Amino acid sequence: MTTAALHLPSRITRRKAIPWAPIALTTLALAYLALLLLVPLAAVFVEALRKGAAYYFRAIAEPDAWSAIKLTLLAAGIAVPLNLIFGVAAAWAIAKFDFRGKTLLISLIDLPFSVSPVIAGLIYILLFGLQGWFGTWLSDHDIRIVFAVPGIVLATMFVTFPFVARELIPLMQAQGREEEEAAVVLGAKGWQTFWRVTLPNVKWGVLYGVILCNARAMGEFGAVSVVSGHIRGETNTLPLHVEILYNEYNFAAAFACASLLAFLALVTLVIKAVVEHRYLKERK
Amino acid sequence: MSIQVQNVSKRFGNFVALDNVELTIEPGELVALLGPSGSGKTTLLRVIAGLEIPDTGRVWFNGEDATGKHVRERHVGFVFQHYALFRHMTVFENVAFGLRVKPRKERPNKEQIREKVQGLLKLVQLDWLGDRYPNQLSGGQRQRIALARALAVEPQVLLLDEPFGALDARVRKELRAWLRRLHDEIHLTSVFVTHDQEEALEVADRIVVFNHGKIEQIGVPDEVYNHPVTPFVYQFLGEFNQFHGRVDGGLATVGDWTVPVPAGAKLGDDAALIYVRPHDVEILREKTAGALKTVVKDFFALGPRVRVELKRVDNDETIQADLGKDRFLDLHIGVGDEVYVRLRRHRLFSAA
Repeated sequence: MTTAALHLPSRITRRKAIPWAPIALTTLALAYLALLLLVPLAAVFVEALRKGAAYYFRAIAEPDAWSAIKLTLLAAGIAVPLNLIFGVAAAWAIAKFDFRGKTLLISLIDLPFSVSPVIAGLIYILLFGLQGWFGTWLSDHDIRIVFAVPGIVLATMFVTFPFVARELIPLMQAQGREEEEAAVVLGAKGWQTFWRVTLPNVKWGVLYGVILCNARAMGEFGAVSVVSGHIRGETNTLPLHVEILYNEYNFAAAFACASLLAFLALVTLVIKAVVEHRYLKERK
Repeated sequence: MSIQVQNVSKRFGNFVALDNVELTIEPGELVALLGPSGSGKTTLLRVIAGLEIPDTGRVWFNGEDATGKHVRERHVGFVFQHYALFRHMTVFENVAFGLRVKPRKERPNKEQIREKVQGLLKLVQLDWLGDRYPNQLSGGQRQRIALARALAVEPQVLLLDEPFGALDARVRKELRAWLRRLHDEIHLTSVFVTHDQEEALEVADRIVVFNHGKIEQIGVPDEVYNHPVTPFVYQFLGEFNQFHGRVDGGLATVGDWTVPVPAGAKLGDDAALIYVRPHDVEILREKTAGALKTVVKDFFALGPRVRVELKRVDNDETIQADLGKDRFLDLHIGVGDEVYVRLRRHRLFSAA
């Protein structure tokens, strides 16, 4: 009786009190989110349109900008499909089979995540640059890799290498091998098992990995910057073009091009949300 | 089809999963591989299927060496413990899978596939579920679909890995009776793995008892249950009381208590283990020749049976007795009462 009498009033007071702590924390979190994410995002579009819509579209349609857009699309267009094929193959091997050196392969896949992109770019300079290992041979045969399109594609591939594989490995491991075994017992050949059982089971994971891979491929700055050589209209990707315009105090044009990247990021987010939603729904 | 397993051994690292296993399964038989987890029974099933490759030994199908044959060429039906249904396919597509992946020449046409799948779904009594996905089915339904899928390719042998292990008790009982009926209908050589002795005793034509990668005993259920050849088999097939005693000139003694040596037990005068099932322990109120004096420690009801815990007066060991409720009420037993125990049936094994 005594304890109940002691506890009851305090419970009532607590219910009446304004929950300051939750309110304060929520406000803080929202302010943080706004300051770090929403304000910069809004600033990109506001700055881009500061000199009006006509200027905005002229900045995008300008030949150097247009060439940067095309190069960005080309680099992503090569890097993403290749890393998709590699990522699916690697995840399949790692999750469904046992072999020597599996742990090593997993660490290697993670390498691009752990190495700074600038170092990644430098590796290609050291390999294919004029003073690099293969430099003399390449210049003798008149092949340009560094400070040219192949270098940019290579750097993009390196940096976006892990995305698909990393997405699929845990998913495939969680699904186990029983369905594949069941397929083989039923008479399916290796590729039939892969196309009819393994791949359909991870299709949303694949799409998710491709989206992330693509976002990074188009937005990559560091590695590409090192191997690009910044030749206008030739070896500038969109992020590099933004930097050049900014350094030339051409803010409105810089933000106009940046808004394209920001827009890409927003589209990616929407697709990602849709994919995640469908993926979760299918899992239930 | 007959299956012959010859000197099969298999290790996983340092763990010996199968140790020189010999087994012959006759055509049309339903055989249970029974044993605790880690005893090698599932590994043997997977070796027969071709999902594991034995380190040594051979597997013969109908007198033909199948050891080097790939899984997909063995024409076995395999039902996985967790069903392994293709989660992104409907029930219909799951069952049709084995037909659809056949080489073009052997592949039946659409109409034939539809007919075959419908027939199999009828056989497992789930023909109304064709459009559902596996995650919309109950455990028992999934298990039956997995069975229909395995039967679609007309296998020569059906292998089932803990087929009812993941189901609740009631569904499990229904399904095993159903499996027995199904087997009697289609007469397919079948092997199933289980750790549930009741399941093996109820369903199988013959039982193979495994322990530590070795076969302890092979026999029909009655033989394995009533004439276990090793203490392990006795222990695994039901509840038991165990006593350490000695055999001396045709009588076995446990402390001050003497029990007869059953006829046919080939035992020299040596240390022996005496086993008795709780339902073979008879409780008497009156002192009788050959009966052991005990004190009632505790009792509790298990449905229609009553379990009585007795303490031996001579050495404080506990004896479990299991008797019908009516008999228990007739005895008027209370905790602390002195009662006498007689064994209806017991078994002796050499302790050496």
